[in-house]
Amino acid sequence: MKVFRADLHTHTVLSPCGDLEMSPVNIVRIAKERGVDILGITDHNSTLHAALIRQLAEKEGIMVMMGAEVTTKEEVHCLCFFETEHLLSDFQIYLDQHLPKIPNDTKYFGYQVVVNEEEEIVQEIDNLLISGLNQGINEVEQKVHELKGLFIPAHINKAQNSIISQLGFLPPDLKVDALEISMHITKDEFLSKNKYLKGYTFIQSSDAHYVDNIGNVCSRLTMKEASFSEIRMALKGEDGRTVELEKGNR
Amino acid sequence: MKVQDIVDKLGLKVCSGSAGLNREIEGGYTSDLLSDVMGNADENQVWITLQTHKNIMAIASLKELAAIILVKGYEPEADAAEQSNVEGIPILSSEEEAFELTGKLFDLLKK
Repeated sequence: MKVFRADLHTHTVLSPCGDLEMSPVNIVRIAKERGVDILGITDHNSTLHAALIRQLAEKEGIMVMMGAEVTTKEEVHCLCFFETEHLLSDFQIYLDQHLPKIPNDTKYFGYQVVVNEEEEIVQEIDNLLISGLNQGINEVEQKVHELKGLFIPAHINKAQNSIISQLGFLPPDLKVDALEISMHITKDEFLSKNKYLKGYTFIQSSDAHYVDNIGNVCSRLTMKEASFSEIRMALKGEDGRTVELEKGNR
Repeated sequence: MKVQDIVDKLGLKVCSGSAGLNREIEGGYTSDLLSDVMGNADENQVWITLQTHKNIMAIASLKELAAIILVKGYEPEADAAEQSNVEGIPILSSEEEAFELTGKLFDLLKK
């Protein structure tokens, strides 16, 4: 078994709130400098940068978890990950079907662009990506699991866009693969106020919107290798695999 | 005023929980954040929201609310409706938006 540092929640320049410096090339370079072994690419309601970043990261020995941070109808943010580009593109079709057609006003929300390895803009996304889908959280969870993905409610301790802020508490029958807490709190602090969640696996991530934040806080996954199936096992705590949280020292 | 009275006066649809139509109403609360409702709504109030998730029933039950009104013609999700029938807390639906509906309910309860 080996320990892998995983920052499973980062935004690229594709997210309207993602800094323009958050290009695929820069993200991979900084992740490498910061000692991140596993990097989650989770733009708001879009997966379009994940495959390129995976290709670039592979050359640096970094494993990429391809996904998105979905906003459900209840405005709950959830991390969703998929193992293959094929499954990821199936999920992208679902996102395109269910994202409201509200144009992005770059003045207020920022740019939503897909760039290539040379940092040239290859596509600009017209519809605002931070809107809520017209799908409830149970529907999104079902879709993710239908595509054999991982479903992780994001920053559940936060007062905005978290499952707890929007729905009051975590529905006990919602099938989550883990829960994410933000970098502003420790797991013990969170659990002291939310004892009913102590049986769940937690991850902690940077939610980086700027290159400086990448890898600021990571989850430490003990497992055999950096692969999707091993990560799934680690989240379940199977066969000696574990997930521990670190608080960043920056 | 009872839940049945506001159903009649505001032209609401009864989606579920009709056993609770004789519940007494002592006010209202309008919010879409369930954590906010949990913290601020009071017993026997009517809650106006656009949330349709099952958790609305857990909050309504915990806070002993008189009824929930969904706005803009929304309907409860199936498991929310089921829970509403079990608890006898009605889920009602209005074609109006929260602003108009809240104003009308406020007026009714003031009288």
